[in-house]
Amino acid sequence: MKRQLPLALVFIFGIFCIFQYFVPHESSEWIYEFLLAWIYIIGILTLALGIWSLIRVSWDKVQHRRPNWQYALVTLLGLFAMITFGFDYCRSFFSSEGLRNYMFVHFFDYILIPIQATMFSLLAFFIASASYRAFRARSLLASLLLLAALVIMLRFNPYLGFVGEYMEQLATWLLNVPNLAAKRAIIVGVGLGIVATSLKVILGIERNYLGRD
Amino acid sequence: MEGSKRLSAIILAVVIALFLVSWIVKGLAISDSGAALWFSVRDAFFITLAAFLTLAILSFLYKDNPYYKFAEHLFVGVSAAYWMCVGFWSTIVGNLFPNISESLSGYFDVPYKGFNPFYFIPLILGIMLLMRLSARAGWMSRWALAWIVGTTSGLNLIRYLRTDFISQVSNTFVPLLVDWKGVGPFFSDLSLSASGQFTMTLANWVIFVGVFTGLIYFFFSKEHKGFFGAASRVGIWVLMITFGASFGYTVMGRVSLLVGRLTYLFRDWLGLIS
Repeated sequence: MKRQLPLALVFIFGIFCIFQYFVPHESSEWIYEFLLAWIYIIGILTLALGIWSLIRVSWDKVQHRRPNWQYALVTLLGLFAMITFGFDYCRSFFSSEGLRNYMFVHFFDYILIPIQATMFSLLAFFIASASYRAFRARSLLASLLLLAALVIMLRFNPYLGFVGEYMEQLATWLLNVPNLAAKRAIIVGVGLGIVATSLKVILGIERNYLGRD
Repeated sequence: MEGSKRLSAIILAVVIALFLVSWIVKGLAISDSGAALWFSVRDAFFITLAAFLTLAILSFLYKDNPYYKFAEHLFVGVSAAYWMCVGFWSTIVGNLFPNISESLSGYFDVPYKGFNPFYFIPLILGIMLLMRLSARAGWMSRWALAWIVGTTSGLNLIRYLRTDFISQVSNTFVPLLVDWKGVGPFFSDLSLSASGQFTMTLANWVIFVGVFTGLIYFFFSKEHKGFFGAASRVGIWVLMITFGASFGYTVMGRVSLLVGRLTYLFRDWLGLIS
């Protein structure tokens, strides 16, 4: 019962959501809107589950002084500080000012954004070393890849003069035509994969999400 | 070992000292512009903190180190809490409370939409999902999970079938000879940026052949030999051009982010550039 009922629920809701699309009635639309709203609400409670898991794992590290426990403490401090400011503790604990709290906004602007942007910018250095290795490959495929990359990178270069104009035209064409073709082939493959996986889940062939026991 | 610890302690002391010096200098610079003392101290702290975190992440280019790990772990905690707060205010306060309780809507200062008992269902399912934390009632979370999995599978099946399959395939079947008006007009404008006959015909051919051969490359149920092998080779060429374009695009994006961070360091923090 603990496994069969969830499988039956997946089948019923999955089939219902598929057929709902083919029923152009306002009640069908109404149910569709509800389902979407519910998914968001449940998703937030799932986030709470993830945060509880993060707290438990980090606290366990701190409590038992496991290797690098000091960093787990930093995670917990950052988490609780942001939660405190997010719920606007400084002024009135629950007010709709939550996301506009001064400290909450500043934590976002001066902690979250700098770290995220710098982490992504680090990739510029790693990509530079990757392109050096690709240059050394000297095969037709590697050359095609690098030529396309070079055209895209040089398209906004102001020092190329009249060549720059042609470079920009070529780059736009590369992005709009061959790039579109290959991406479309990939998207079609991914789409079919998702459809096949969804069918496997609805029909109960894929049931790993239930876990063991 | 002892020497290494001592060196780490000295580096930490230097970093803390530099942080404090930067904080004071920046605070003085802000207060010179007419801001109140408390605001200058507060703003200077955040500007220095952002610079410290930027440098801590960049230090990973040398090797993994405690300052990088500090910034990384701080990011995990702060971003998890950030998304939780955003989710709470936008979904729970913005979507759930206005549909289930007038008093809660009033308390959170959001417009009440009227009592709707259907909104208790996701609340109950969400609470059932939290039962996963209990060893005895953990099985109850499967019902909520089954609802999420079933609904998203059904919705995704239709959505991806429409957008990623049907519409992509239909857009691939384009005219391979666009608006034929004779040889002269056909070759009149060969510019890649033009929307002339030649350019459009070439583009349509490349798209059709590119998608077709790209799909053949990803089809592994038949051995890539003969015509199939040749088509697959053309497919990988088109894919390589795409990967190159994406690579170039990514590089430009990352370099732009790096320029942004360096601008922050040299303009907002050090004030060396205007």
